[in-house]
Amino acid sequence: MFESLSERLQSVFQKLRGRGKLSEKDVEAALREVRLALLEADVNFKVVREFLARVRERAVGQEVLQSLSPAQQVIKIVHEELTALMGSQHARLELGGTPPVAILMAGLQGSGKTTFTAKLARLLKRQGRRPLMVAGDIYRPAAIEQLKVLGEQIDVPVFQMGTGTPPPEIAAQAMAHAKLHGNDVVLMDTAGRLHVDEELMDEIEKIKDVLRPAEVLLVVDAMTGQDAVNVAESFHSRLGLTGVVLTKMDGDARGGAALSIRAVTGAPIKFIGVGEKLDAIEAFHPDRIASRILGMGDVLSLIEKAQATLDQEKSQKMVEKLAQGQDLTLEDFLEQMQQVRKMGPLDQLLGMLPGMGGLKNLSGLEVDEKQLARIEAIIQSMTPEERRRPEIIDGSRRRRIAAGSGTRVQDVNRLLKQFEQTRAMMRQLMGAGKRSRRVLGSLFRR
Amino acid sequence: MSEGRKSWFGRLKEGLTKTRASLVGKVKEVLVRGGQIDEALFEELEEVLIQADVGVETSLELIEEVRQKVRERRIREAQDVQPLLAEGMKALLKGAPLALQPAAPASPLTYIVVGVNGAGKTTTVGKLAARFVREGRKVLIGAGDTFRAAAIDQLKVWAERAGADILAQQPGSDPAAVAYDAVQAAKARGTDVLILDTAGRLQTKVNLMQELGKVYRVVTRELGREPDESLLVIDGTTGQNALSQGRIFSETVPLTGVVLTKLDGTAKGGVVLSVSRALGLPVKLIGIGEGVDDLREFDPDAFVDALFAQDDNASSRL
Repeated sequence: MFESLSERLQSVFQKLRGRGKLSEKDVEAALREVRLALLEADVNFKVVREFLARVRERAVGQEVLQSLSPAQQVIKIVHEELTALMGSQHARLELGGTPPVAILMAGLQGSGKTTFTAKLARLLKRQGRRPLMVAGDIYRPAAIEQLKVLGEQIDVPVFQMGTGTPPPEIAAQAMAHAKLHGNDVVLMDTAGRLHVDEELMDEIEKIKDVLRPAEVLLVVDAMTGQDAVNVAESFHSRLGLTGVVLTKMDGDARGGAALSIRAVTGAPIKFIGVGEKLDAIEAFHPDRIASRILGMGDVLSLIEKAQATLDQEKSQKMVEKLAQGQDLTLEDFLEQMQQVRKMGPLDQLLGMLPGMGGLKNLSGLEVDEKQLARIEAIIQSMTPEERRRPEIIDGSRRRRIAAGSGTRVQDVNRLLKQFEQTRAMMRQLMGAGKRSRRVLGSLFRR
Repeated sequence: MSEGRKSWFGRLKEGLTKTRASLVGKVKEVLVRGGQIDEALFEELEEVLIQADVGVETSLELIEEVRQKVRERRIREAQDVQPLLAEGMKALLKGAPLALQPAAPASPLTYIVVGVNGAGKTTTVGKLAARFVREGRKVLIGAGDTFRAAAIDQLKVWAERAGADILAQQPGSDPAAVAYDAVQAAKARGTDVLILDTAGRLQTKVNLMQELGKVYRVVTRELGREPDESLLVIDGTTGQNALSQGRIFSETVPLTGVVLTKLDGTAKGGVVLSVSRALGLPVKLIGIGEGVDDLREFDPDAFVDALFAQDDNASSRL
């Protein structure tokens, strides 16, 4: 929906090309674009203002203005500052102390507390803990039932006392139950509540007093707008948040709320929810969200996409094969190409690469897509023997292959030449000794 | 009539008190402070709107409009600017009445309710059912959320409270099959109103959107026409993503309107303007509280008036 920030900045600076150095005014124009991008990503208005002041200070320095690529420099500064604002380090859960240790969930209605509670319980269980989930939402119809179903799915016990007992009392009983049954972590789900609802805010404060939790996590919908700050501030002043969880990050929300909440409360973002399945929980990486908020390329997402789509086994087999000194064949070549194409349209993949956003408009990419199809056709017109031993492909075979694939002999020649170069490169890489082999191996494994 | 209107107004104002604290409070602050109309005044107004989630583009457009009117009408006093802003906001907000009678006689009035996870679809379905039952109509709820744990149980509680029938299958069953059964049952039982709940889905999930498309097609086919209302439920705390939700959902389901929920917190309402402006979708209902009566038909004029109302009680309540 929004063109990416880097695209916009490039165009701002492009207008100035040929004029040599940039003036402070030019940087101001770029920062106005940054402001728009941040606001469109739902970063809080006040946070944006303070943020820009800090970036401006760095960006109008001599170093930036006289550099060869001022646009890139400004983008880099913005990205760095964004990352810093969200807490550069990944913040872990702190579950020290005498067990059972409690984790309290808090948040507005529909932010995803119950689902997150189950996701976290599953994660902790896999880390060797013995979690207990507590059904503290006695208001929403079937909320207890929901937690019970989730508990069954992940094989984690659920403590509940129905809808007739006040939640602080449930919390007390749950802690006693955990002690008795050897549960070392207690995850307390609570009802969604408005931060301006005095009665319910009193209630959750009481729950906290009872639990004395090691972690108080505010669960926030990534799509939240400017109001995220008010919500977080209210919960923070009442409960003293130790962390924030950002849910529904698998959509196209930019997640500007993340930035605002961290800036306003100082509470680090500890997890993000990235899907409806119970394993869809990730540790939070400030730099990735920074890229996302700016609409910049997201190399890490590209890698993840590759991981999700590529056939790990096939890749692994090929690495092993090459490592044993076997030559790359046209069959391998075709396989690799098909795997990359499976990841999606080429222009979409390129869009994930930083700095490539602007290239999207080039029509040349379409040709590339066609060329891939042509290469596929050429290889498929070869006999298996030819694919394995391309050196046997002589002039008459070339003519046959060209005719079979609807291409010209020159196209076949070009492919064979490219392939020979690739193969030579692979030989070199593989011949360079065990260490580089391992490097290459790990590269494919990623 | 005047009694009903007053209570509507009163409730809305009560629900929006906090919103007004941040929106109108600030607008007033800006407008009362200085008598002069200058560039700084417009900038501050823009800030106020953006902070209310109106969105940059819509805010700029609204302010530009006000600026033009100030010029044309030769307005000099800052305090005269607020009515101009309200005027612009009302013009942006599209109102349209909720369909209360089926498009074809002898078939049920049919609503389908869609939206992202946690927006408040199930609650909206429950409240709508309660409303129609109270009007003496026979209501059937179709439990189309077969994915989320205990969503069906949640809806059953609502149905029981409202006194509505419910048609549900097992968790995990095909939502299109539920939709089919629901329409058939509604026709067979002579139901007056059929309300179909659906699972929450993020608009970017292509397969889930396709699933929703199928549900809609099945309903349309079995009904022999389009549903009377296809409502997109948007969480009132949502920021600019609401636009993406509206756009992508309407590509799959021809939406007839928006339900804006959870408007009883702080600093909301702005998103309504952006949604109306960008998507041309009327807001039909707003949720201003947890009670069954707190789902109200949306009246843009009353909404903006409530936002700008001079109410001294409200300020003392803050």
